[in-house]
Amino acid sequence: MDKFFGFLKKFRQTAHLMVGLPDYETYVRHQKDKHPDQPVLDRSAFIAECHKRRYGGHGTPSRCC
Amino acid sequence: MDGIKKHFGWALVGLIGAIALGVVALERGESINALWIVVAALCTYLIAYRYYSLFIANRVLRLDAGRITPAVRLNDGLDYVPTNRHVLFGHHFAAIAGAGPLVGPVLAAQMGYLPGTLWLLAGVVLAGAVQDFIVLFLSTRRDGKSLGEMVRSEMGAAAGVIVQAGILLIMIILLAVLALVVVKALAHSPWGVFTVAATIPIALFMGLYSRYVRPGRVGEVSLIGVALLMLSIMVGGMVAESPTWGPIFTLKGETLALALIGYGFVASVIPVWLLLAPRDYLSTFLKIGTIVGLAIGILFVMPELKMPAVTKFIDGTGPVFSGSAFPFLFITIACGAVSGFHSLIASGTTPKMLETEPQARFIGYGAMLTESFVAIMALIAASVLEPGIYFAMNSPAALIGTTPEQAAAVVSSWGFAVTPTDLELLAKQVGESTILSRTGGAPTLAVGMAHILSTAIGGEALMAFWYHFAILFEALFILTTIDAGTRVCRFMIQDFIGTAVPRFKQTQSWTANIIATTIAVAGWGYILYQGVRDPLGGINSLWPLFGISNQMLAAIALILCTVVLFKMKRERYAWVTIVPAVWILICTLTAGWQKLFHSDPAIGFLSHAKKFSTALDAGQILAPAHSMAQMQQIITNAYVNATLCAAFMIVVLAMLTFGLRRIYTAYVVPHPTAIESSPVAVEGARHG
Repeated sequence: MDKFFGFLKKFRQTAHLMVGLPDYETYVRHQKDKHPDQPVLDRSAFIAECHKRRYGGHGTPSRCC
Repeated sequence: MDGIKKHFGWALVGLIGAIALGVVALERGESINALWIVVAALCTYLIAYRYYSLFIANRVLRLDAGRITPAVRLNDGLDYVPTNRHVLFGHHFAAIAGAGPLVGPVLAAQMGYLPGTLWLLAGVVLAGAVQDFIVLFLSTRRDGKSLGEMVRSEMGAAAGVIVQAGILLIMIILLAVLALVVVKALAHSPWGVFTVAATIPIALFMGLYSRYVRPGRVGEVSLIGVALLMLSIMVGGMVAESPTWGPIFTLKGETLALALIGYGFVASVIPVWLLLAPRDYLSTFLKIGTIVGLAIGILFVMPELKMPAVTKFIDGTGPVFSGSAFPFLFITIACGAVSGFHSLIASGTTPKMLETEPQARFIGYGAMLTESFVAIMALIAASVLEPGIYFAMNSPAALIGTTPEQAAAVVSSWGFAVTPTDLELLAKQVGESTILSRTGGAPTLAVGMAHILSTAIGGEALMAFWYHFAILFEALFILTTIDAGTRVCRFMIQDFIGTAVPRFKQTQSWTANIIATTIAVAGWGYILYQGVRDPLGGINSLWPLFGISNQMLAAIALILCTVVLFKMKRERYAWVTIVPAVWILICTLTAGWQKLFHSDPAIGFLSHAKKFSTALDAGQILAPAHSMAQMQQIITNAYVNATLCAAFMIVVLAMLTFGLRRIYTAYVVPHPTAIESSPVAVEGARHG
């Protein structure tokens, strides 16, 4: 059963990363561990931040032809 | 003894692959089953991955599991995140697999399935996957630097600027050609236009939903979106049949082109959450779903290939694209064998997420092999059609006329028997008024997919649904690329103008935004519009230009790889990148030269211009022009295309010169000179 849920979680992470969204839980854990003094973005602010990185500013395409 | 045993299983894989490849290459006269190609391809990939990519990993690059990756060292939870390799493979594959590998092989099928298959297999193993893998490695060693930045630091500032300019040009031609594929698929197709138009309100709804109703629920909103898309395909069928709504959605190519240009402008200036992001979700998931569905379909249905192994058009007289197999086959199939564009992706987000260095092999080499398989499936989908149907769909109206009777007569005279009834029946089955001259690859792929999928699910009753599903999937994907690509162009233009006028670099500035977007849209819009009005259907002359630009970028990336290998003092193994770089340079420069100077007006831009200006001087008007002004326009277009082609050649020759100089300097210095970020060894346990 654990294996199944593990697979499901990976599937979800893959689908999210395919559209440029890294894992939110990992991000929260990272912020809490490494930067406990800094605020943690909520889910929609996190997604907005990812969108900004994926679609603008760097002048490098995020996806191919 | 163990050493030999270890290779026994692989020898068996190799043997099976060799037999399958033999059947594919040598079978004549009788149609073969698509499974032979599938088996040949899979065995080739397995062997190449097991041996060649391992050789590159261990000997050439010496991937170091003990060296800490940027994802671990710079972990910030957002950009730099150590990511499970299977998850990252999915990300990387979704980023490199686009519409390109689905279109190129369909066009290349005019020479038969064999030339395309061989180039797809040899190209990916020796060139495409090598490029993706090594660029990913180089970028990982440099904290995830982009291709442009790496060229600047390893080859000098001037080379960096030239590459940036080259990338901008490639983006513009890419957007124009992809937009042209959409126009060709949707012209005079009310069903297609309706479903594709419906994606705009659906995406807007999704954007609003995920911002205000259920923030952050990507999976949920995507499922709703896909369900609405399926619904729109069904409604589209009714719209097409309706006497009131049908004509409203029946649009000419020119109208569609202008609509796309307007759309591209608006879409790329509004906030990303509203339209672009939800569209990106839809098109990405739909693409992956379609690829998986097509693979299962082919394995399940095991279709016979109707296209001959090699057709007489191998000599360059074919109607789909002009020019002989060398060099044009290698230009036409760009993505799938080797795609320069991937060097931008492999130096984008992926290198910032690698857990360990050796995983670059699985992600870089492995994902490109998978992409090649997608291209193989597209080639199969085109080859399961009767050749007569294939040529009727892919030849421009200037050659085969506009009625089923004319088209059937012309195509049959080429030796590919087809009757007017066949053509009418198929059009009816897929719910279209006509399937003639639906160039650009997407409709052919759609018919092929409909053919395969309807055999598996739904039979003839669902043929029209599957056809429009495939059209929708291609168009949706391309529209997302146009939106995202126009933004990328805009930032590049802002960056360029910004070096002279620093104020222009501010991405928040509306004036700068509007001006740069206008330049970007005008650039690809102009090429798109002239392509729509082209006598040979546009794809015929513009797809090679796209192929040339994409392969030139691959040549540049491979030159960079070679330079760095010399700088690392691994010149002994530099042939790994030199061989594909030289081959691609030969193909692209020959193709570029022929596109410029070939005496056949169908191939050479300049002789095309000459033909029309001679006629203009004599006061004649040649089709498709209806007036002197249009004649002048065609001549201008030919010169614009010639200039673009020459620009690509100059960029690549300049890069070659820079590369050779850097290689020489690196060679005579006795110590490594590559500029990597300083190595940090992995501590006992990885943190993150």
